[in-house]
Amino acid sequence: MTDAHYDAVVVGGGHNGLVCGAYLAKAGRKVLLLERRAEVGGAAVTREFADGFSVSACAQWLQQLHPDVESDLKLSRHGLELAARDLDTIALAQDGAHVTIAANGVSGAALSDRDAERYARFSRQMFKFARLLARVSERRVPQLTEAGWRDRIAMLSLALGMKRLGRADMRDLLRIGLINIYDVMEEHFDNDLLKGALSLDATLGTHLGPRSPNSVISFLHRRMGEVFGYRGPALVRGGMGGLSQALAAAASACGVEIRTEVQVTSIDAAADGVSGITLAGGERIRAPIVVSNADPKTTFEILLGLANVEAGVARRVHNYRMQGNVAKLHLALDGLPDFVGLDESQLGQRLVVAPGMDAMELAFNAAKYGEYSPNPVLDISIPSLSDDSLAPAGSHVLTALVQYAPYSLKAGWETGKEAFTQLAIETLKRYAPNLRETIIASELLTPVDLEREFHLGGGHWHHGEIGLDQLLVARPFPGASRYAMPVPGLFLCGAGAHPGGGVMGLAGRNAAREIIAHKPGKSRT
Amino acid sequence: MDQLKPHDPTMMRQTPFHSRVARACEINQWDDWKGYTTPLAYTEVEQEYFAIRNSTGVFDLSPMTKYHIGGPDAEAFLNRVMTRDIRKLKPGRVGYTVWCNDAGQVMDDGTLFNFGDNNYRLCSYTRVMDWLQWSALGFDVSIEDVTADVAALAVQGPTSCAVLKAMGCAGLEGLKPFGLTHFDFEGVELMVSRTGFTGDLGYELWIVPEQAELLWDRLFAAGKDLGIRATGGEALELARIEAGFLQAGVDFVPAEEVVRQGRSRSPFELGLDWLVDLDKGVFNGRRALLEERMHGSRYRFVFLDVEGNKPAEHSFILKGRKEIGIVTSAAWCPTAKSNIAFAQIDARYGKAGEELIAEVYYQRELAWTRVLAKCRVLRSPVFNSPKRRQTPAPDY
Ligand SMILES: Cc1cc2nc3c(=O)[nH]c(=O)nc-3n(C[C@H](O)[C@H](O)[C@H](O)COP(=O)(O)OP(=O)(O)OC[C@H]3O[C@@H](n4cnc5c(N)ncnc54)[C@H](O)[C@@H]3O)c2cc1C
Repeated sequence: MTDAHYDAVVVGGGHNGLVCGAYLAKAGRKVLLLERRAEVGGAAVTREFADGFSVSACAQWLQQLHPDVESDLKLSRHGLELAARDLDTIALAQDGAHVTIAANGVSGAALSDRDAERYARFSRQMFKFARLLARVSERRVPQLTEAGWRDRIAMLSLALGMKRLGRADMRDLLRIGLINIYDVMEEHFDNDLLKGALSLDATLGTHLGPRSPNSVISFLHRRMGEVFGYRGPALVRGGMGGLSQALAAAASACGVEIRTEVQVTSIDAAADGVSGITLAGGERIRAPIVVSNADPKTTFEILLGLANVEAGVARRVHNYRMQGNVAKLHLALDGLPDFVGLDESQLGQRLVVAPGMDAMELAFNAAKYGEYSPNPVLDISIPSLSDDSLAPAGSHVLTALVQYAPYSLKAGWETGKEAFTQLAIETLKRYAPNLRETIIASELLTPVDLEREFHLGGGHWHHGEIGLDQLLVARPFPGASRYAMPVPGLFLCGAGAHPGGGVMGLAGRNAAREIIAHKPGKSRT
Repeated sequence: MDQLKPHDPTMMRQTPFHSRVARACEINQWDDWKGYTTPLAYTEVEQEYFAIRNSTGVFDLSPMTKYHIGGPDAEAFLNRVMTRDIRKLKPGRVGYTVWCNDAGQVMDDGTLFNFGDNNYRLCSYTRVMDWLQWSALGFDVSIEDVTADVAALAVQGPTSCAVLKAMGCAGLEGLKPFGLTHFDFEGVELMVSRTGFTGDLGYELWIVPEQAELLWDRLFAAGKDLGIRATGGEALELARIEAGFLQAGVDFVPAEEVVRQGRSRSPFELGLDWLVDLDKGVFNGRRALLEERMHGSRYRFVFLDVEGNKPAEHSFILKGRKEIGIVTSAAWCPTAKSNIAFAQIDARYGKAGEELIAEVYYQRELAWTRVLAKCRVLRSPVFNSPKRRQTPAPDY
């Protein structure tokens, strides 16, 4: 038994765990952070997948990191550097008639003026809505019952925010919040590529198709990045791991003790609360507060054990929806492939293959029944164009989020994986005919691989679906939505907590605030 | 077996004793107990009641919901479900228990039989399979509804031990209250537990349905000279009120069946504090019950001795002129010779000995009468026979 008297142990060194630990240490808490993998970062890491070729292993775009986290933790001083920022999104067309979505508007050969105009209006409105969501995301969710003064102020500012929207926008928000992105797109635009690319933003990383309810809320969730100052996706120098290394340096500077390659096998708890954790190998570490950066299912089912919670909680954990639907493709290229109709500067932007909403919906249909569609949608990056540290000179890496790749593939991923890899490459080839000749190594991470390698339960981007029933006061589930879990001393600080996933840092920071404000012995603050 | 006849227009189930019950039920007063046809009374309620109190009453208990719970985690599982410490229930013993939802509200009460080796039987009023299944997440247990696989009779009253011994249950007098034992009955196992719902000496018999009718016949033959009599639901109702036992669905609404907020009750509010062990570890409702302990309960459960002989059924309870509660069960109890009511009142009232008023309404020939009957809060139930605890059990 180690008795170093930690105030808090953080289980998991994903970016949220690091952020949480750093804020706690800044506030004077003695913090130990335990990461199972050899390096910290969780789903925000860089990985050398072939000799000399590195990529961001899961998250590839930095598009939501909260500016307060960046400045509070002095991340640039600790080494965070962007290789590119405010990138455009280019919706690829096989004939080269691409549509470009930039911060200042949309353009494209086949795009009508009407669509361009409407996009400007649409974009402004979405920004307003996302701003509202962002305000709620920057703090713990206010609760309607048992509200204290902090909650009252939060509710008030939320109400004011709603009011500031104006009558027409407010009505619109309430209306579209409950429909789906497909219908919203149809109301606004004609161009299929534009509609496809925007629908991709509404469904990426979730078990949603364009026609699914909750796709609008998921869209706004992604658009929060704009409120946080991203006028388009950014690339971290050295890959996403660059951010996590900076976070780790910041956390260490604040006094967080970080141990890697230590697997927590249990969060130890009795009826009155947690007492610490146990590591694989049997070492036990005591602490009055345990903060889990692992997803909610892992936290409750594996680490805590459902026997240690009451049945209602066990049932909610059981029902929590958390099956990933995205695979990640990594290609090492010995040269730059030619994409039809794109010049080199365009190749460095965000490229998407989402030729239309119906195609996406069809791809999703397959996923609903445990299959993948022959026409996956892709979100592509060639980061080596703006970061020469990732590949040898003259060579490149291409990474792509490939959707939909259902976690529970009926045929099993052992057999499905190679075929799906080829399918993704073939799909790319439609836009870059000479791609195959340039490939010297490839890797595909299915949701099952993501679970195994990154300990992301279900391989899920957000540690659990984004949907009104699993967001805000219901994230991850009712009775556990304010970081403090229904076991005294246990907190959740990862993507499974409010406000959800994406490399954002808010779950970690909000959880730390909650812990700092927490009075021992009082489980409901 | 479960004799659901496909052409029975009532779609009511019959218990394994039905042929015998129907023959004995002279006045054809039937009730529906969780889908089973059961008699309210066989002949005359008073006579049946007095059989329970003075000789032996036999009650067909088969419709009682029964679960078999087994598997390596059965004890741990039950300990998480129940509010009391199940680890203290030794093999060969039976325990009265309640269970709560996460809000600390009583879902039901029942009896739990420990057969040893992580094998239990839970008898309850409600069907709770779904709740048990949810509660089983994280435990290695099997839960099986065995309601239709076990025929059961309650044999209750001062001569009950003598009757059973006459039927062949040798040595039964040595069985302690809440103990269980087994006998051979025509080649099958007859389980006998010293349990019941009447507050007196009494047993419950458990057997496979195939031997139910024969068991009934043997039992009545053995008890012929010992005053044995079949008793229906109404007589039992009198006995249980006299003995101070709660009835789910009457004295509280099972928490998961409640539709309106605030209509369920916690064990503290039902006077069942003694069944709650807040120190035993995690169990369903513990967090809420701890809070309730800290902040106080809303209601208090009391036994009332009501003036007069009109049962204070559904009465309001007043303190002065203020309405402070309601009656859930009430009866004139013949043996205790008192007019008893169970009431749930505002927790600020109801100390033992306190005088309250029951607003009793009754009707005679279409005319309603309202009586403001004085009543007194009792410390304990009015019927409390020493025979209930005596071992060896008294003979006749
Ligand atoms: C394929 C993919 C692509 C994505 N793309 C993007 C993107 O482009 N942009 C974006 O913003 N977001 C993206 N995301 C989402 C984003 O990566 C995640 O939401 C985010 O990284 C989650 O961070 P976290 O700190 O909450 O959790 P995680 O990063 O999952 O960290 C949890 C940590 O806990 C550790 N852990 C778990 N169990 C234990 C244990 N028992 N003992 C010790 N340690 C343990 C894990 O190893 C891990 O390091 C993507 C996600 C995926 C899966």
